Amino acid sequence: MKYGFYPGCSLEKNAYAYNQSTMAVTKAFDIEFVEVEDWNCCGATEYIAIDLLPAYALISRNLAIAAKQQSEQLVAACSACFLNLKKADHYMGESHKLNEKINKALAAGGFNYEPGSVKVRHLLDIIYNDVGIEAIQEKIIKPLYQLKVAPYYGCLVPRPAKMGSFDSNEYPTSMDEIMRALGATVVDFPLKAACCGGHMTQISEDVALDMMRRILKNATDNRADLIVTLCPMCQFNLDAYQESVNKKFGTKYNLPILYFTQMIGLALGMSEQELGIGKELVSAKAALTNISEEPPPKPKRVRRSKEALPLPVLEEV
Amino acid sequence: MSKEKVGVYVCHCGTNIAGTVDVSDVATWAGENNDNVAVARDYKFMCSSLGQELIEEDIKEQGLTRVVVAACSPHMHEKTFRGACERAGLNSYLFEMANIREHDSWATTNKEAATQKAKALVNAAVDRVVQQSPLEPIPVDINPNTLIVGGGIAGITAALELADAGNHVILVEREPSIGGHMAQLDKTFPTLDCSACILTPKMFDAGNHDNITLLSYSEVESVDGYIGNFTVNIRKKAKSVDEELCTGCGICEEKCPIRVVDDVFEAGLGYRKVCYRPFPQAVPKFPVIDRENCTYFRTGKCRLCETSCPTNAIKFDQEDETLQLTVGNIILATGYDLFDARRIPQYGFGRYENIFSSLEFERMVNAAGPTSGKIVLRDGVTTPESVAIVHCVGSRDKNYNEYCSKVCCMYSLKFAHLVHERLPDAECYNFYIDMRTPGKGYEEFYHRLLEEGTHFIRGRVANVTDAALNDNEVNKLIVQAEDTLIGTQRRIPVDMVILSSGVESRHDAKEVTQLFKMGCDFDGFFIERHPKLDPIATMTEGIFIAGACQGPKDIPDSVAQGAAAAARVAGLIQRGTVMMEPVRAHIDQEKCSGCRICNNMCPYNAIVFHEDRNVSEVVTALCQGCGTCVAACPSGIISGAHFTNDQVFSEIEGILWDVSPEKVLA
Amino acid sequence: MAIAATLARAPTFFDEVVNNTPGGDPHLELCLQCGTCGGSCPSGPDMDHTPRALFAMINAGMKEQVLRSNTPWYCVSCYYCMVRCPQEIKITDILYTLKRMAIKEGNYRDSTASDAPGFSETFIDFVENYGRSFEVGVAARHHLRHHPLKMVGMATGFGLDMLLKGRMDITPNRIKGLEGLQAILKKAKELGGEA
Repeated sequence: MKYGFYPGCSLEKNAYAYNQSTMAVTKAFDIEFVEVEDWNCCGATEYIAIDLLPAYALISRNLAIAAKQQSEQLVAACSACFLNLKKADHYMGESHKLNEKINKALAAGGFNYEPGSVKVRHLLDIIYNDVGIEAIQEKIIKPLYQLKVAPYYGCLVPRPAKMGSFDSNEYPTSMDEIMRALGATVVDFPLKAACCGGHMTQISEDVALDMMRRILKNATDNRADLIVTLCPMCQFNLDAYQESVNKKFGTKYNLPILYFTQMIGLALGMSEQELGIGKELVSAKAALTNISEEPPPKPKRVRRSKEALPLPVLEEV
Repeated sequence: MSKEKVGVYVCHCGTNIAGTVDVSDVATWAGENNDNVAVARDYKFMCSSLGQELIEEDIKEQGLTRVVVAACSPHMHEKTFRGACERAGLNSYLFEMANIREHDSWATTNKEAATQKAKALVNAAVDRVVQQSPLEPIPVDINPNTLIVGGGIAGITAALELADAGNHVILVEREPSIGGHMAQLDKTFPTLDCSACILTPKMFDAGNHDNITLLSYSEVESVDGYIGNFTVNIRKKAKSVDEELCTGCGICEEKCPIRVVDDVFEAGLGYRKVCYRPFPQAVPKFPVIDRENCTYFRTGKCRLCETSCPTNAIKFDQEDETLQLTVGNIILATGYDLFDARRIPQYGFGRYENIFSSLEFERMVNAAGPTSGKIVLRDGVTTPESVAIVHCVGSRDKNYNEYCSKVCCMYSLKFAHLVHERLPDAECYNFYIDMRTPGKGYEEFYHRLLEEGTHFIRGRVANVTDAALNDNEVNKLIVQAEDTLIGTQRRIPVDMVILSSGVESRHDAKEVTQLFKMGCDFDGFFIERHPKLDPIATMTEGIFIAGACQGPKDIPDSVAQGAAAAARVAGLIQRGTVMMEPVRAHIDQEKCSGCRICNNMCPYNAIVFHEDRNVSEVVTALCQGCGTCVAACPSGIISGAHFTNDQVFSEIEGILWDVSPEKVLA
Repeated sequence: MAIAATLARAPTFFDEVVNNTPGGDPHLELCLQCGTCGGSCPSGPDMDHTPRALFAMINAGMKEQVLRSNTPWYCVSCYYCMVRCPQEIKITDILYTLKRMAIKEGNYRDSTASDAPGFSETFIDFVENYGRSFEVGVAARHHLRHHPLKMVGMATGFGLDMLLKGRMDITPNRIKGLEGLQAILKKAKELGGEA
């Protein structure tokens, strides 16, 4: 399977571990990535706050290059890059005026983009839907038994839903399923799709730290050994600012934040080195020792008391 | 052919038409342009008595032989003007209406274009009407039996009204007992009447009335025919109980060893046996065996009900029975389904134990319910100290149902009252957007709740979670909303949350409309003939609707509609005969080649084939004049009365009056 | 239907907001003031006005107060409001529009939102000059401008760790087609930043 690939600025350095592990894992599944040549920054959540047309033009230059390279599908690993690319393509398709103006701007650089030419998808989407759970399970060598992971999706992959999100916008479960397939014990936690704060750390650190605290607290309350994420921003915030959170609130969180591709890589038998494990500030070393050779004991069937009233059944769980 | 004398009347309809179309110009033009037009007038309100008199006088004094009125839609006033013609002695099928309102003045703001189109439409109508022939309506007898589908409060009301008036009614109900959703309720707003107390006498009457044949645990399988003469096939599902022998003692239910979650009557909050009656006051009193879950039907073992029955009424070999009935009219009163709150993940229904749907809570507070009326948490034991009631769940929401479900504000207030009554020390919070209390005594009921100390927070709930952020919130359900009257976000920790889910159409509403050949809207509610003036009739003659199947409504409105539908039907029965439109198809049997192409095309099964003569024939009474066979006949020998080829082609040419042949061919 | 598009009178502040939001009708006129947005917002409690309150103010034409409010800057664009809004109002997109309008008006400088736009402006400065973002540069310049003491904390806190783990570039990267990109951005600015 061949896809266009847009790494985004964070995958170059800050989230290099994500880059490493993604390349290692996708290679194992015969996925070929064609990187967008000479791609530029997508503007994150910053450019769109200053000036609309230049922001969209900045994003669409990448779409134009991907289209020129004949990539029918463009994969982004970073949630913000993913949403920006998807949104630009979608809105250009919806608004004739916007499309016209952006293409006029692109022409100044010798580019052109027809909305809809490239289908923008997130890395989790292609791994969950195109590769599939079965294919992953076939290649597992070292199942992550008894490791309690809290899958954390962040906000920009589940939402906004209108542009055809591939998972629920309130309660996504695709990454949960992958983790479970890897043998890990998935700790379900309600704030799995809550926002980490994004760049709020630069606007009001207090507000940002509180948002991070909520997520760390909830994952800890639900007994997670580590948090698994799919966004470089989320990883950075929860990882690098964890100490600041502890300082401000007097808490003692010690929750490593790893990427879901790193987890897949581990289960596939790859080394910590090649997956970039060790690059995280809150070390995952201790947490990973929880991985056992033995699968966890089957959970005892909890017998509800005689007086208990029946519960409605949820299909997804 | 002698020239006809057509009278053309162009209506202003106040400013509805005249505001866009130059009506006097159209009238003048019609008079000058078309040879057949003898009189052409324009008038402010043609449908008024003065307007109609204008037509009648002209017919008498000017000897008009045809009439065209250019005005609103024929759905509105074709009948009105046809009546005027008849009163003046002109056959009503020598009348034609041109719709220059819905099809013209209401479709554009361009005055010039609208006037041009009006002229074309009038011209077309004139050219058509001169081709029309007089026709006589067809009398049809009304069978005095009535079928009522659905045994909820609307259906029961309709049945009793008709039966008390001396008419025979067949009441079909798909569940083992009648009573519907009202039987599930504890108290009804705003009077706080005990629901069962006011309903069960009516259920008893309906079950024992001489004029009512009650078919419970039955469903309608097929409907054929037309008003006055519907042939209905009803499947009586096998109860596995012989109704002649059963005394309703209930021993079989007691002895049955299997219990399952009761998703219907107990709304999933309680259990029922496999051999069961939905509730003790069920009408009819006969139990039913749920074969899907019955040990005997699955493995051949058990048979405890059979062995314990003192009258040997359990009959495992009983089979479904199909009854065929002829009825004159049908009333659909099939009720509603509750919105499934599991569709809103952020409200946590199904994920968190102590979140309850409204019907679950109704069953909880019901004295005959799974907790004998005690308000407790899902463990069946713990009393909550705080309760949050969330309004507008699945209603007023473009992500789910855009409409307001009308009853939820009132029942939410009722719940708040019950919480205060049974748990006097508990805190109760109602989260709402608007407080909708339009009925009699409703606003006063709201004030009562204010007096009882309910905390009303104006803010639509954003989410319900157990993710505690501080010590107060541990082991609680936290309801997060913006208190819009203050302008801040609030997190209220409570023990129990009740979701006031909205009202939806039944999940199989679309299938029902196909069965009965009427329509439903995009939300699945049945479509009434006129939303303001005729909410109980449908576009299909002889089929009426009543209750929540037409739209969300409370008990008084359902009763009113049930009674209204019954009155309409009673009127038809009393008349005994109804006049049907003579717009039907006719096969020229001399020319029919017997190819039978038309036979299967007819959606009403109105064409029969005579093997001996090798010709097809249209059964006039069944024909609804859709025209499918007329178009399909390869020999062109089926004619549609009032829609003959000459009439239709003249109409087309009339519209194209200003398009020269050269233009068309170029 | 966007009422704004069809009227003959001069555009109001409300019209301006609607017209400057890209991608079709943002449906702002449908706001029922239900409060779902304010209730869902993770930074809601810290905003001057909840998004709902802001929409009421927009409706009332209170341009100055709206553009001086810190609300748009406290929006983390998590989209909870937008997916839950019962009227399908494109809330997050409208908040981005307000950010842009606030910058244009420029009178946020003596409000609670005073240094909020600064970060974004610094960020795009680097993007425009290199084609890529440069975290260290952005953080440095932004904090030096607004709270220089913070730099010390960050440098000795995780800043050092990030450097040691090789997760931080100390020099910016430049794309090859930078000239082309700058031409594109220049043209885009000329065309006017409206949708």
